[in-house]
Amino acid sequence: MDLNTLITVEGLARSFPAPKGGGNVTVFDELWFDVAKGEFVCLIGHSGCGKSTLLNILAGIDKPSGGVVIVDGKEITGPSLDRAVVFQGHALMPWMSVMANIAFAVTSRWPKWSAAKVREHCQHYIDMVNLTGAEDKKPAQLSGGMRQRVGIARALAIEPRIMLMDEPFSALDALTRGSLQDEVVSICTKTRQTTFMITHDIDEAILLADRILLMTNGPEARVAEIVVNTLPKGRVRNELHKHPNYYAMRNHLLDFLVSRSEDLRGMVEGVDPKHPPMVFPKAGDGGPQPTLAASRT
Amino acid sequence: MSTSSSLKAAILSVVLLGAFLGAWQLAVGGTGSSQAMDPEYAALMGATSKGASAMPTPLDIGKEMWRHISDPFYDKGPNDKGIGIQLGYSLARVLLGYLIAAIVAIPLGFVIGMSPLFYRALDPYIQVLKPISPLAWMPLALYTIKDSSISAIFVIFICSIWPMLLNTAFGVAAVRKDWLNVAKTLEVGRLRTAIRVILPAAAPTIMTGMRISIAIAWLVIVAAEMLVGGTGVGYFVWNEWNNLSITNVICAILFIGLVGMALDQVLYRLSKLVTYAE
Repeated sequence: MDLNTLITVEGLARSFPAPKGGGNVTVFDELWFDVAKGEFVCLIGHSGCGKSTLLNILAGIDKPSGGVVIVDGKEITGPSLDRAVVFQGHALMPWMSVMANIAFAVTSRWPKWSAAKVREHCQHYIDMVNLTGAEDKKPAQLSGGMRQRVGIARALAIEPRIMLMDEPFSALDALTRGSLQDEVVSICTKTRQTTFMITHDIDEAILLADRILLMTNGPEARVAEIVVNTLPKGRVRNELHKHPNYYAMRNHLLDFLVSRSEDLRGMVEGVDPKHPPMVFPKAGDGGPQPTLAASRT
Repeated sequence: MSTSSSLKAAILSVVLLGAFLGAWQLAVGGTGSSQAMDPEYAALMGATSKGASAMPTPLDIGKEMWRHISDPFYDKGPNDKGIGIQLGYSLARVLLGYLIAAIVAIPLGFVIGMSPLFYRALDPYIQVLKPISPLAWMPLALYTIKDSSISAIFVIFICSIWPMLLNTAFGVAAVRKDWLNVAKTLEVGRLRTAIRVILPAAAPTIMTGMRISIAIAWLVIVAAEMLVGGTGVGYFVWNEWNNLSITNVICAILFIGLVGMALDQVLYRLSKLVTYAE
C-alpha cells in the first residue's frame, strides 16, 4: 500500500431490502478506489447510484453490506472525529448560535479545553469562512450560503484528517455556489485538507478535484473510470475555461453523465473493478469538440 | 397598523363586556312571578318572592369579588376560608401532581421516543389508559392511599401524565436525522446527545404537552375537590352551592378562570424560551 494513501475502499457493496419484498436491491458493489493525503477527490454520478449512501458509509453512519473502508491502515467500524462531514442540508442546530454550533464540535473533539480556548479556536474558523460578525446569529438568521459556510467551518474546526462533503452546494444559487467554491479552493490549498466530495456539478468537479471518480448508474453501480484533472493545481474559476484542456475535461465528463453512465451500467466486460481505467482528457484528444453552448447538467 | 387594530380589538372587547353585563342586569333585575305564588311558599323563598331573582346582578358580583380580593387569606374555621387560601390549596395540589407527572412522563417519553421497541410495547397500555376519565381513578385512589388530599394529587398526576408522555415521545422520535448524524460523526456520547441535541430539538413539542397538561390538571382539580372536599376551590364552589350563594359560586368561577389563564401564560412564556426558528 502506498504510504501516501489515506483512504482505501476495497470491494465496497451496499444493498437494501427491495421495497416490495423478494430479495435485495444492490445499490453499488465492487467499489474500489483510494484517496491520497492532501488530495481532493470528487465523485460524480446520477442520483440513485448510491452517492450519499457511499458517503454515509465513509462517515461511519451507515454500514456496508460487503467490502471494507480502510483509513490510515485501519478498517473503519463507525463514525470518527478524524472524518468530518459537511451535510447536504447544512444540518446546523437551529437553537444554537453560529459560535455554539462550531463549539459543540470543538468541545466534542477536545473536551478538556477551556471555554476561552474553544472560543478562540472557533473564531479562527469563523474568520476563515468569512463569517466574522455573525458569531451570535442563529442559523435561521443566515442565508443559505452562510449556513453552509458554518457547516464547513464546523467540519474544519475539528481538524479532521478527511473532510467528506455531500453535495454541499447543491441547494445554493449559482452566484453563492461560485463564491463558496472559491473559498473551498483557497482553504483546501492553504491547509492541504484531504477532501472527498460528492457532486453532480461538472464545473465544480473540474475546479476543485484532483481526481474525479465517475460512477455508473445504479443499481449495481460501480466506478467506471477515474479522470485525472489535467488542469494544473491553483485553478481559478474565472480562468478555468481559458486552459486548453478545459473543454476536453468538461466534454469528457458531460459525455459520461449524458450517455456513458447508462451504457456502462452493470460494468463493461473485461474491466477489472479493482483497477478502473485512468483517463487524462487533454486538448486535441478527439471526441466531442468543444461547443460554447454545451449545456450544464 | 398593529397598534390601531389592537386598540380596535380592545374597544370591541369592552363593548361586548358592557353589552353582556347590561343584558345580565336587565334580565335579573326585573319583577318575577310572585303574585301567583302561594303566600307560605313566598315567605320561604324570601327575597325572591318580592320579585327579585336569586341570580345576583353584576354589581353584586363586583362587590363580592372586591370583598374576596381585599381579604383573600382569612381563616374562620373549616367552612369559611378566604378564596386565596382555597386557591392556594388547589394550586399546590395541581403543581405537586403535575410536577410528579412531569418527572415520570418526560424521561419515560424519551425512552419511548428513542426506542421503537418500547413504543410498540407500551402503546396498547397508553391507548387504554389515556381515555379514562381521571375521576374514575378516585375510588381506587381513596381505597389504596386512604388520604383524600393525596388522592386528589394522584388524580392530577394521572390526568396530566398523558399529554406530556405522548408529546415527549413524539418530539423525541421526530428529531431530525441530520442532527443525530452530526452528533454521531462527532462521536458525541448518548447522554450528551440526549441533553445537547435531542432535548433542545424536542423541547417545543414537550412544552406543548406541558401546556395541555396544566390546562387539563386545572380543569380536573375542581371536580376532584368537589368529590374529596375539605379544602380547595372545588370544595369552595360546592360549599357555596350548598349555602345557595350563587354570588360566591360565580366569583369562584371567575377566579378559577383567572388562575387557569395565569398558569397557561406562565407555560407559554416558558415555551417561548425554548422555541427555535428553523
